[in-house]
Amino acid sequence: MMEIGLNHYLILSTILFAIGLVGIMRRKNLLLLFFATEILLNSVNIAFAAISHYYNDLTGQMFAFFVIAIAASEVAVGLGLLIVWFKRHGNVDLDTMSSMRG
Amino acid sequence: MEKYLYIALFAPLVSSLFSALFTATPKKQFVGIVASLLIFAAFVSSSILLTHIIGGGEVVHVELMTWMATGDLYIPFGFVVDQVSVTMMMVVTLVSTIVHVYSIGYMDHDKGFNRFFAWLSAFVFSMMVLVMSDNFAGLFIGWEGVGLCSWGLIGFWFHKEIATWAANEAFIMNRIADLGMLIGLFLVYWNTGTLQYEGAFAAMPSLDPATLTWIGIFLFIGAMGKSAQFPLHTWLADAMEGPTPVSALIHAATMVTAGVYLVVRSNELYDLIPHVGLFIASLGAFVAMFAASMALVNRDMKRIIAYSTLSQLGYMFVAAGLGAYWVALFHLMAHAFFKALLFLGAGNVMHAMHDELDPFKMGGLKKTMKWTFIMMTLASVALAGIYPLAGFFSKDLILEVAFVEHHYIIYSVLLITAGLTAFYSFRLIALIFHGEERYKLFGIHPHEAYKFMLVAMSPLLLLAIIAGSFKISYFEMVTNVLPELEYHIHHPVTFWIMVIGTQLFVIAAIAFAYKKYANSSVKVPDGTSKMENSIAYKILKNQYYIPYAYEEYLVKPYREISDVFWKQVDLKIVDATVDGIAGIIYSTGEKTRDMQSGNLSTMLKWMVAGTVGLLSLAVVFGLAVRYFDEILAVLSGLGV
Repeated sequence: MMEIGLNHYLILSTILFAIGLVGIMRRKNLLLLFFATEILLNSVNIAFAAISHYYNDLTGQMFAFFVIAIAASEVAVGLGLLIVWFKRHGNVDLDTMSSMRG
Repeated sequence: MEKYLYIALFAPLVSSLFSALFTATPKKQFVGIVASLLIFAAFVSSSILLTHIIGGGEVVHVELMTWMATGDLYIPFGFVVDQVSVTMMMVVTLVSTIVHVYSIGYMDHDKGFNRFFAWLSAFVFSMMVLVMSDNFAGLFIGWEGVGLCSWGLIGFWFHKEIATWAANEAFIMNRIADLGMLIGLFLVYWNTGTLQYEGAFAAMPSLDPATLTWIGIFLFIGAMGKSAQFPLHTWLADAMEGPTPVSALIHAATMVTAGVYLVVRSNELYDLIPHVGLFIASLGAFVAMFAASMALVNRDMKRIIAYSTLSQLGYMFVAAGLGAYWVALFHLMAHAFFKALLFLGAGNVMHAMHDELDPFKMGGLKKTMKWTFIMMTLASVALAGIYPLAGFFSKDLILEVAFVEHHYIIYSVLLITAGLTAFYSFRLIALIFHGEERYKLFGIHPHEAYKFMLVAMSPLLLLAIIAGSFKISYFEMVTNVLPELEYHIHHPVTFWIMVIGTQLFVIAAIAFAYKKYANSSVKVPDGTSKMENSIAYKILKNQYYIPYAYEEYLVKPYREISDVFWKQVDLKIVDATVDGIAGIIYSTGEKTRDMQSGNLSTMLKWMVAGTVGLLSLAVVFGLAVRYFDEILAVLSGLGV
């Protein structure tokens, strides 16, 4: 049985980060964009927690908590805006969101 | 006394600024009156300073404020009233007061009445700075200031193309000379470490003679431009396009004498380099005769007087060059009085004749313009140097100086010139005031100038008559700062032969002029007479073809070269480089603006691309730092 070490966590984190990045670039739906952002943030959280454990230093885990808190508030604000947008326009398509274009 | 110094200096500035307030408004009589009063205040202050100095008072020296102080360079705005500058102040303020009052009448119908006074007072201020400064830098400011005002006043009637051309010519010629002057100033500072007159002249005797010669030459080049000496003389005759009061003030009495003032002020320098002084004197004698010869045939009243000014400036340079600085300054003063009077009289005639300048088209004006006739005749008598008028004392003195110093060639040139001067002056008087009334052919009804203009001119008339009697007291005053050289011809017989001989020669020239031009057979020349077709006449009429040569051999080639440089160098290299850089930036912007599509998805993609780019750079850089030694080894192996 192979022991699960720091590298495995970091590889998982990298894979998740790549998935999130592709999601951000490819998705046109604002809601799915939020999902992708969550994946990005959590991939970073995994890396924080794993490295923190590896070094026996709690600072990384504390930082992960901060990230979770900020992600939660970001989603709360983002979803609020999304609902308002949906009520006005009837969709959440990214390509239609260009009213600020110069 | 400092109070009076400030009034004398700043009243003209106040006058100029006050008049400048009204330049955009129609003619206002009070502008002229206020300006004249302020200049008069400067005149009164100068007179008080003069009595103070004559009375043996201290030289007034003030330092207004520091102008430049960096490292060893220290130049203050310092002003000094000593025996030399107070003479110049008197001449400047007196003539300018008269010219200001006269201009109220002369510019009566001119739309630019207010503007005229603004420029004229600004000129007086610059001239005061020039003569009162206690250092070369201040002198240079005044020097440039009078050049600027001269430009503004020659080109005062800017709607006349020829006037603007003449203004530019004067300005450009003076710039050329000013370059020489500036080099002279740099040399002074470089070698003596100061620009203050006192310090600089005190340091000069210990300098090497070659350096001093260069300083003397370059300063004199500046003086040549301002005083219109050959070969920079052409601008003065063309400057007569300006209003006549301007010609009287700037181009006869004050500004053109600034060159003489510079040489007189630098007397300690020129005393050390007598060979440069001899050159100055020779050039002065040459210009005296050269200008007088051109005046003989000219048919433009104001140009004749301008050439006469040129010729008299030559006399002053002879005196200054031979070390007789006080004589130069004395002739400068006397000349200012009768020449300004002559010009103002010419202004009256021009007004009467509706701006006609050809004296052949006048004649017989003495009946209608009695006072102008008397004034101009007396001014011409003074100019010709007949006893006991001003010119006799100052001009004969210069002849004596040349004689006593054993420069007999200069002496004879000046003597002949004195005859020529008398001839052309009275040719002008005879043509204008005597003979047939030829103006009737042209349907002109002349009238005498306003009374107050004549009254304003009268102090000049008085001074032109009596200025000679100041000789002794003037000598005593001014030799406190200038070399005290008296010129006496030791043998009384020689002396009397010279004086009486000169007088008879001059009177003969006058009589000849009257005989030839005052009779009723003088006709308006039509270019057919024998004299007009002679070669000598043509050469003189065309000013020795010098303006033509300048135009052909300097201005045109310069223009062609400029054209080539413009098209080949400026357009193809300089402009192309600048435009190329701008073009690259512009096209980059044009191409990359597509990035800013406003689409959130695209922008996120660019953001990811940017992050990846920066991260890879960081990785590459980090690796390069870590493996620096290996990379260096590999590169040196490749022979880099």
